[in-house]
Amino acid sequence: MVMKFIDEFRDPLLVRALVEDIRRRAHGPLRLMEFCGGHTHAILRFGIRKLLPSHLEMLSGPGCPVCVTSSTGLDQAMAMAEIDGVILTTFGDMVRVPGRRGSLQKARAEGADVRIVYSPIDAVALAEKNGSRPVIFLGVGFETTAPGVAASILQAHNQGIKNYFVFSLHKLTPPATKAILDSGEVNLSGILGPGHVTTVIGTDAWRFLSGYHVPMAVAGFEPLDVLRAIRMLVDQVNEGQARVDNAYSRSVLPQGNRTALAVMNEVFEPCDADWRGLGSLPGSGLCIREKYAAFDASKVFPVVVTPSPDPPGCRCGEVLQGVISPLDCSLFRRICTPENPVGPCMVSAEGTCAAYYQFGETRLED
Amino acid sequence: MCLAIPVLIQNIEGTQAKVELGGVQRMVSLMLTPEAKVGDYVLLHAGYAIGIVDEEEAKETLHLLEQMAAFSDKEVT
Amino acid sequence: MKTEKIELAHGEGARLTHELISRLFKHYFSNPYLDLLHDAAVLPNPNGRLAFTTDSYVIHPIFFAGGDIGKLAVCGTINDLSMVGAKPLYLTTGYILEEGMPYADLERVVCSMAGTAKEAGVEIVAGDTKVVERGSADKIFINTAGIGWISNEVNLSPGNIREGDKIIVSGSIGDHGMAILCLREGLEFSTSLVSDCAPLNGLVQTILGRHRGVRAMRDPTRGGLATALVELAQSSGLGFEVEERCVPAHESVRAACELLGLDVFYVANEGKLILIVAPEEAEAVLRTMQNHPLGREASMIGQVVERHPQKVALKTILGVRRVMEMLAGAQLPRIC
Repeated sequence: MVMKFIDEFRDPLLVRALVEDIRRRAHGPLRLMEFCGGHTHAILRFGIRKLLPSHLEMLSGPGCPVCVTSSTGLDQAMAMAEIDGVILTTFGDMVRVPGRRGSLQKARAEGADVRIVYSPIDAVALAEKNGSRPVIFLGVGFETTAPGVAASILQAHNQGIKNYFVFSLHKLTPPATKAILDSGEVNLSGILGPGHVTTVIGTDAWRFLSGYHVPMAVAGFEPLDVLRAIRMLVDQVNEGQARVDNAYSRSVLPQGNRTALAVMNEVFEPCDADWRGLGSLPGSGLCIREKYAAFDASKVFPVVVTPSPDPPGCRCGEVLQGVISPLDCSLFRRICTPENPVGPCMVSAEGTCAAYYQFGETRLED
Repeated sequence: MCLAIPVLIQNIEGTQAKVELGGVQRMVSLMLTPEAKVGDYVLLHAGYAIGIVDEEEAKETLHLLEQMAAFSDKEVT
Repeated sequence: MKTEKIELAHGEGARLTHELISRLFKHYFSNPYLDLLHDAAVLPNPNGRLAFTTDSYVIHPIFFAGGDIGKLAVCGTINDLSMVGAKPLYLTTGYILEEGMPYADLERVVCSMAGTAKEAGVEIVAGDTKVVERGSADKIFINTAGIGWISNEVNLSPGNIREGDKIIVSGSIGDHGMAILCLREGLEFSTSLVSDCAPLNGLVQTILGRHRGVRAMRDPTRGGLATALVELAQSSGLGFEVEERCVPAHESVRAACELLGLDVFYVANEGKLILIVAPEEAEAVLRTMQNHPLGREASMIGQVVERHPQKVALKTILGVRRVMEMLAGAQLPRIC
């Protein structure tokens, strides 16, 4: 039995052919940024990195919403979890990330009611079941996730549920991409675009990249999707072009998903946000609109936390910008490991450092 | 960046759909893809369908890749 | 008289405890050693070596498709003994019960343990029960300890592993872990996932009875196949090469892993074993396993090499090799 739209895009023979094609067409050094943590994960899991010619360098970017969540944001979430009676619900990814005073997992061990949910819908259901207790959902994620969280607020609103709240740490991806290109710290030949974010926002949202003369190919997450996008980027570089190519046409449209965008914009509006590694970026975060303030945890449960510095020696910020690879960090593997993570790039399953560690990105003897 | 998996809609009740992948079933929300129909494949992310998979485009993509693979075989031999 | 719920008094050692022992434990576990109800079971001492192990079980939920905490507690200890080539003989079981646990649930667990032990030919010869206040335990925790006998001809150890040996897994991976994960609140899927929880002593004794070339075995429980392989490689001092496409996994398990963003190599198994065998015996051992009900999907998944000592290299479905690491921390479902 085959998992449709998954297994066919993992066909080893087609992969080999595509790799040969890339090798034939790619001349000279190329530096491509895979924006998404999901791409880093897929590339390492399947061993795609090893198939590519050595002069084609793949850099990781800031596309790990957990990794780019500021320490302050996490500390605020922990403070909310510690409020008497609160049930804090969160995606599994966030639970082990260390803030100033430990992680949400540690808070749970010390008595806070922290629960992992698969969907904000589950959090709304929990709120309905526990009418007397506030249920706060920790909203982390980019434009792939934000529309669903927005929908959950609308659902609570329509059902008259008064004890469901969202603490939004959601972020927008184009501003982060702009910031990396503006900083001029990394010289990119092209960008592997986030396939599921773009399913929501549409390829049109990336047209601003032509101003930077950086080609993009929006990619899905199976090996054939990733390689097809890489080949499109190689072709663009050879032609001296800087377009937004769509290598994930089975899911991505120029206008994206209009319903999802409408729902997202009904509930959220852009605001400034702090990105670990990139600093404060204007208009890069999503805040709940005044109209839905009753569901905004940051307004209903204002908490004050001391801003915490990044852990000493942690170079997560540089990894997130693609300036260095985890292998360049002296803490990687020696001190910073998944059991003992120093920074979020190691804690998050999607973090670049965690992916490099888990998929053994060191050298085998041969 | 996010993990979204193509699943098949088996039936729809209001804004909820029962979807299936490899024999595993789940209820998901169609609030973000109200136009989805039974028999469609949708991308599932955190309990919501965030987009509909275009089967024709998928077939076309695979077809293109197969052609390219056959062509490059010829080039080598 | 049968009480509806477990009370603190059931653990006090007085009348209610005795009632629990005679009506429940002795009734289900009955055997000549247990029935004497002495402070300790007195057992015959055969020639050979003894294997001795213990494990505690705190799984939640306590009932799941394919088993329950009791079956798990019996199989887990039987399997640990089997992995060193021991024939499991006797088990003890200790219960920590939460005040208010329904008696019917306890009976169901005990009945399951008795059935599993009987099926495996193992006797439960001693036990203990304590009851703690509501909230101090999650319904029921079980400890089992087990003794097994190893014939002098059997010698299994990672130290026996040699270059060129073959690596075999007894069947599909990830069944137990995914069955449990999908049952838990917040991650509900209506699935056909069933735990593979099973006593492996019958399969192991069949293999060891017929073949001499088995070097070592390990059961890939917590941490999954990957962790167990890495542990074996580290203990052996040699390198392992494993082919991803040879590792069996059921469609529904693969699908559930994709949906939750989990790697099936790190998901727990409770009825599978990894076996390292001399190359000239590998095919024969594989056939023996495939002819046994618990080994139908047995597959040769790799071999032992001298390169990259103590490391496991996985050849992915794309034919590329990468290192396979031990599980670090727990695997959590992810959205990214």
